[in-house]
Amino acid sequence: MSEGRSPAALAVSVRDLSLSFDTADGAVHALSHIDLDVEHGEFVSFIGPSGCGKTTLMRVIADLEQPTGGSVQVNGMTPGQARQARAYGYVFQSASLYPWRTIAQNVALPLQIMGLDRATRAERVARNLALVDLEGFENKHPWQLSGGMQQRASIARALAVEPKLLLMDEPFGALDEIVRDHLNEQLLALWARTGKSVVFVTHSISEAVYLSTTIVVMSPRPGRIHEIIHSDLPRERPLEIRETPAFIALAQRVRDGLRAGHAPGDD
Amino acid sequence: MPVGTVLLVLLVLWYAAAVLLNLAWERDQRERAGELAGTGLVTMVAATMSQKRPVLPAPHQVAIELIDTTFGKKLSSKRSLVHHTGITLASTLTGFALGTLLGVGLAVGIVTSRALDASLMPWVIASQTIPIIAIAPMIIVVLNAVGVQGLLPKAFISMYLSFFPVVVGMVKGLRSPERDQLDLMRTWNASAWQTLVRLRLPASLPYLFASMKIAVAIALVGAIVAELPTGAVAGLGARLLAGSYYGQTVQIWSALVMASLVAALLVALVDLTGRMVMRRSGGRA
Repeated sequence: MSEGRSPAALAVSVRDLSLSFDTADGAVHALSHIDLDVEHGEFVSFIGPSGCGKTTLMRVIADLEQPTGGSVQVNGMTPGQARQARAYGYVFQSASLYPWRTIAQNVALPLQIMGLDRATRAERVARNLALVDLEGFENKHPWQLSGGMQQRASIARALAVEPKLLLMDEPFGALDEIVRDHLNEQLLALWARTGKSVVFVTHSISEAVYLSTTIVVMSPRPGRIHEIIHSDLPRERPLEIRETPAFIALAQRVRDGLRAGHAPGDD
Repeated sequence: MPVGTVLLVLLVLWYAAAVLLNLAWERDQRERAGELAGTGLVTMVAATMSQKRPVLPAPHQVAIELIDTTFGKKLSSKRSLVHHTGITLASTLTGFALGTLLGVGLAVGIVTSRALDASLMPWVIASQTIPIIAIAPMIIVVLNAVGVQGLLPKAFISMYLSFFPVVVGMVKGLRSPERDQLDLMRTWNASAWQTLVRLRLPASLPYLFASMKIAVAIALVGAIVAELPTGAVAGLGARLLAGSYYGQTVQIWSALVMASLVAALLVALVDLTGRMVMRRSGGRA
């Protein structure tokens, strides 16, 4: 957080953002008065229980939902402009690879849509598949790959657009813990190498603490930010860091935040 | 071999029905000639299976007629079943192709335009509530009045029947991509056209081939029905109509069997094409 910085110098800047849906039972406040800054190169996680609006907030940043109040800027642009400029890459919980395309063709898809020529496409596909350790799988179809490999391919696809910002919505939520640990490690290495800004949605406290420079603890009804916690862990993080007192203390702070934000009467 | 057993049972039932249904006429004939008392059971049963115009011809009678009119006649002969099948097949395939094109076109319109979705679908459904047997003669007459004759009016009726399953299947297929896949297209700022060509159309292929299997079978029905009001000049429909004019039940049945063989073949061909396309596009099947 850096109060008073101009939005143009930030990866993401959210000011007094609200979003409510009209339903038969009245208005549902999915997001209420959100203020948030993400600096370039930061790794920011949104964590909170179901219904806290963490995915909705990410979808507003990606111009997949329209806010009912407040403003959002992505790399100094409106979310709509940022989307048209392909300023971000989005990774969903499901890899969402197209089954009729090979892995290489899947990674090339956004590049085809951008109208890049064949040589540039081939170069970017090869480079980004190498980045996620998927060389040699170019001509496989998605169903021939494990869930973890499919998700790596979808990350390569997001990176191939060469965005400054990566939006990841519980990308490892459907994977088992061993694979998830491995991918978390790889993601940190990738982040260090590419210097992208990352916004990451998760349910997992240890995942949030392990990956993030900043952890945004959210609470439901209405969806709002309860607390923003800056991590003092070093950027170099082997998996063993999760046994250190500093890590455990940070995880405890996040857990306390989640509990305090959980209004009495909620389940 | 459960399939073989079922087939055998059906064959036995057919023979039994043929004997029962044709027996009355045999008895009647012999009674008039005063020979009924002197005719043994075996002779009677054998006679029911070799009538010229039986109420229900026995399977082997149909088979002999089928083989004779298929292989025993010159292709140019009006008695050749291959000649008639070819004529029906030509309008079936033309109508099927037109119907598939029309169906895909309508489905793309319905999926991409909210206005077309609301306005078109009721008409598509209404079109199928009209009995084809009622509308076919009118289409033939109207088209004839504007100078369209021969293959096209029949193909038009095949198209009228076969576009419907294609529309229904393709609308479902074009809407089959998941929300994440559509959202991804949006994050890449893909145009509606790119989303259609890169995502919706490839995703709809399995639905298209399932629909085309139904469409090709009813295209054949359409072509046969269309041949009835044209004065029964040529085609499988003409064979059916001429057969019924002259009480040629064996001819009717052999035309029916030929029609179902052709339908089975067409459906199998569409199925095979579908499998090949799916395999080429990375399907598991």
